[in-house]
Amino acid sequence: MGKAELPLHAPGTKTGRGYIGQSTPRANAKRLLQGRGTFVDDLRLPRIAHAVFFRSPHAHARIGKLDFSTALKAPGVIGVFDGHAVAEYCKPWVGVLGHLKGIKSPPQHAVAIGRACWQGEAVAAVVAETRAQAEDAADLIEAEWHELPVVTDMQAALEGKVVIHPELGDNICFQRQFVTEGFDEAFANADVVVEETYDFGRHTGVCTEGRAILADYNAAEHTLTVHHATQAPHMMQDIFSRHLDIPESNVRVICRDIGGSFGIKVHVYPDEMATAALSVMLRRPVKFVADRLESFLTDIHAREHRVTVRLACTRDGDIIAFDLDDLTAIGPYSVYPRTSGIEGNQVVNLTGGPYRHKQYRANMRAVFTNKNVTCQYRAVGHPIAVALTEGVVDIAARKLGMDPAEFRRRNLIADDAYPYTFPSGIKFEKLSHHQCLDKLLALMDYERLRAEQAALREKGIHRGLGLAAMIEVTNPSPAFYGVGGARISAQDGATLRLDPAGMVNVLCSVTEQGQGTEGIFAQIAASVVGVSVERVRVTTGDTGVTPYGGGTWASRGAGTGGEAVLQAGKILRSNILDVAAAMLNEDKAKLDIVNNEVVDKLTGAAKATLAEIGRVAYFRPDTLPMRFQSELTVTRHYTPREYGFTFTNGIQASWVEVDVETGFVKLLKHWCVEDCGTIINPMLVDEQIRGGVVQGIGAALFEECLYGEDGQLQNGNLADYLVPMAGEMPDIVVGHVETPTLGSELGAKGAGEAGTAGASGAVMNAINDALAPLGAQVTAMPFTPQRILEALGKA
Amino acid sequence: MDHALDTTMILNGAPVSRRIPARQHLIDFLRDEMGLTGSHLGCEHGVCGTCTVRVDGQIVRGCLTLAVQANGKRVDTIEGMSDSGELAVLQQAFHARNALQCGFCTPGMLMAAQDLIGQKRKLSREEIRAHLSGNYCRCTGYQSIVDAIEEVLQTDVPHGQG
Ligand code: FES
Ligand code: FES
Repeated sequence: MGKAELPLHAPGTKTGRGYIGQSTPRANAKRLLQGRGTFVDDLRLPRIAHAVFFRSPHAHARIGKLDFSTALKAPGVIGVFDGHAVAEYCKPWVGVLGHLKGIKSPPQHAVAIGRACWQGEAVAAVVAETRAQAEDAADLIEAEWHELPVVTDMQAALEGKVVIHPELGDNICFQRQFVTEGFDEAFANADVVVEETYDFGRHTGVCTEGRAILADYNAAEHTLTVHHATQAPHMMQDIFSRHLDIPESNVRVICRDIGGSFGIKVHVYPDEMATAALSVMLRRPVKFVADRLESFLTDIHAREHRVTVRLACTRDGDIIAFDLDDLTAIGPYSVYPRTSGIEGNQVVNLTGGPYRHKQYRANMRAVFTNKNVTCQYRAVGHPIAVALTEGVVDIAARKLGMDPAEFRRRNLIADDAYPYTFPSGIKFEKLSHHQCLDKLLALMDYERLRAEQAALREKGIHRGLGLAAMIEVTNPSPAFYGVGGARISAQDGATLRLDPAGMVNVLCSVTEQGQGTEGIFAQIAASVVGVSVERVRVTTGDTGVTPYGGGTWASRGAGTGGEAVLQAGKILRSNILDVAAAMLNEDKAKLDIVNNEVVDKLTGAAKATLAEIGRVAYFRPDTLPMRFQSELTVTRHYTPREYGFTFTNGIQASWVEVDVETGFVKLLKHWCVEDCGTIINPMLVDEQIRGGVVQGIGAALFEECLYGEDGQLQNGNLADYLVPMAGEMPDIVVGHVETPTLGSELGAKGAGEAGTAGASGAVMNAINDALAPLGAQVTAMPFTPQRILEALGKA
Repeated sequence: MDHALDTTMILNGAPVSRRIPARQHLIDFLRDEMGLTGSHLGCEHGVCGTCTVRVDGQIVRGCLTLAVQANGKRVDTIEGMSDSGELAVLQQAFHARNALQCGFCTPGMLMAAQDLIGQKRKLSREEIRAHLSGNYCRCTGYQSIVDAIEEVLQTDVPHGQG
């Protein structure tokens, strides 16, 4: 635990850390358990209208005449609008950032004008009194299309025979080259060089709740209230303000319950911007909820990469260099405002991340194609960097005849080597790779599993064990987006208020989509102020109410928002004690707050309840000394600044059985040991890891957005796009090492993405471990039965 | 298209009569006409299970059932089953183990779980997992849900009227 000063004993707890470190169930889960949550689609407003989008059936086509005449006559229709009509209310945007040198993208409109660049791009909006009416009317739109050449293959995009946006000159959105001094010699002098090419299938977030927005423009006040399933309400407030031309303070973004996000709901989506514009245009509330089919076509996709990686090492098994060549396809536009360059950039930053080599070369290109756009989805770039690194590390170990665990132990950065600068330039404050490795091997009983594997092999049962060490970006500083010119806050704020009845009210700019952020803020506030956790109420997700801040992304909620809560809580406790000292006419230094009461620090004797303090401070300040003013509302902010990111680390293991006749993979068990610094709620952290692992498993085994050469998505529904279901998933064992960051008093690092970062690599290595004696390996995710049989020469 | 039928159902214990368009799905009727927004719409094509409700004691997909099919039947939703206390033990177990994150899948998941509990059999984790295989959850990874159900199955308490 960090250095936070806490009350002597927090109520109901026996340690000096209060609720920090306790698996307290989240208060806000109760309403969800009774179906009494409020998701955007649950809201009802007077005069609400429903928007539905008419979308391009072609991957690339000029839009000829759009005939709305029949649609306009359909029952309940309020209006039908093309791109020009919407553009009068909503300015286009360009998804570039200053610190991603050379990144380029054309202006993008809320509703396409003149041309559609991917199948599913909105080309008209229908607004009607009910959603069913709007859907019926959309079917009556007649459109004339002139098909254009389609670019779907990344290599073809790079070669650029067809340039999607001729004004940009080529199809390259962003590229980054990097080489350390001495790289060529390192490779020239290496005893062993191994190389492999990996393919990563494009997949997507598949939140159970589709993207959803209810925009409510009030013409009298020129105010816009947006109920939005977004992770970053203040970012969206700024964007609605600038693109719809409404003063920032007239825009209020409210996030009630959100049905999962995982990065999907942190971007600007054209149909959502159009919905807000339609509300302004029509001067009434307009709602849009993406249905599942639209979600597959238009929620950001991620991770379409083809990567060749080389590893150089000595014959003793010391890794000396990595060489990366990454090609990734991002769709026709770089997504606003975070850009579609970040994922590739992260692959460059993170490849080889856990190891102590000094030499590194990277070449990454992100190219435009006529498929849906890609952008940041949970663990951004990490699953790719981890899988290709860990894949080639296993190949090297195999070539050297070394045990993969031993090979890693030899090469992981030593636990006492910090602070450490990695060849790609990223800096680590303090990581714990070796502690995590040791803990993992003990937890899984590595030796026993190896023996079991060998014994079963004799019987023709092919089991495999795969390891994947990882590093993870968390608690980003302004270096992530702010320095590039994006109006995205790396800072967060918390307001704590003691209410007259002695309860603590917390407002925080970090948002909740199920991770449990509100729960941990209650735990932190209760611990720091000295009240029981039931006496804390937390509100998040409302730009009209909370302090300004970044929201939830890049595993920053606990580390950034939590520290703001802690700092505000410390001051609130001190201010409460000021009131108590004045009220009781005692020395403040002799008082403490324990269990909702002000007590004598030494004897523990009760002096006054917080309800009594509240009563006097709010209703009888006349009884306090003349010049005394109580301040029982406190706001504090926090921005991580010392390091660009607060890196975390961990390692995962997967244990699988491959059926070499059918190609099916059975997941037997999965382990993850990670280090997220101070753990505020172990249960919630474990559940973040488990959920994340399962998303990584989905990528490894099932999930892929399959496009035809014509740019048509072939499996854009939940029946054909496979997601992990309960039946196929293994139990997941989670362990921790705690290395608090010294950048904050709380010491918390992020935990939201580690599971996803490492799971697919671990599963890949496990499958290849099972296949290795058969002379086969797989390198293209997802590892479908078909691909496994092909690798075995059986398909 | 505009064909509508007089329909009467016992909704969460109370009779409800409405003239319902023949094409309206049960889930849309419950959410849009009756304001019972606890059951959700995750796919509208019968895969995710977030729309699961109970009709005459059987769990069904609200997005695949027409509202008029409920004529003369008993329909139970998360709201009614919470108020009656039928789900209380399961809800408590889910809460204690954090067997939900965003909560969007949860009402449907509880319906499927209660269906299992009503069968009053001893079940392995694999059997519990298999029973939940029609309910998609993106957040939890399922393990905590299986744990919660397993725990309820092991505690020998009355589980409501099933
Ligand atoms: S909404 Fe009915 S099964 Fe998905
Ligand atoms: S808790 Fe979010 S989908 Fe299950």
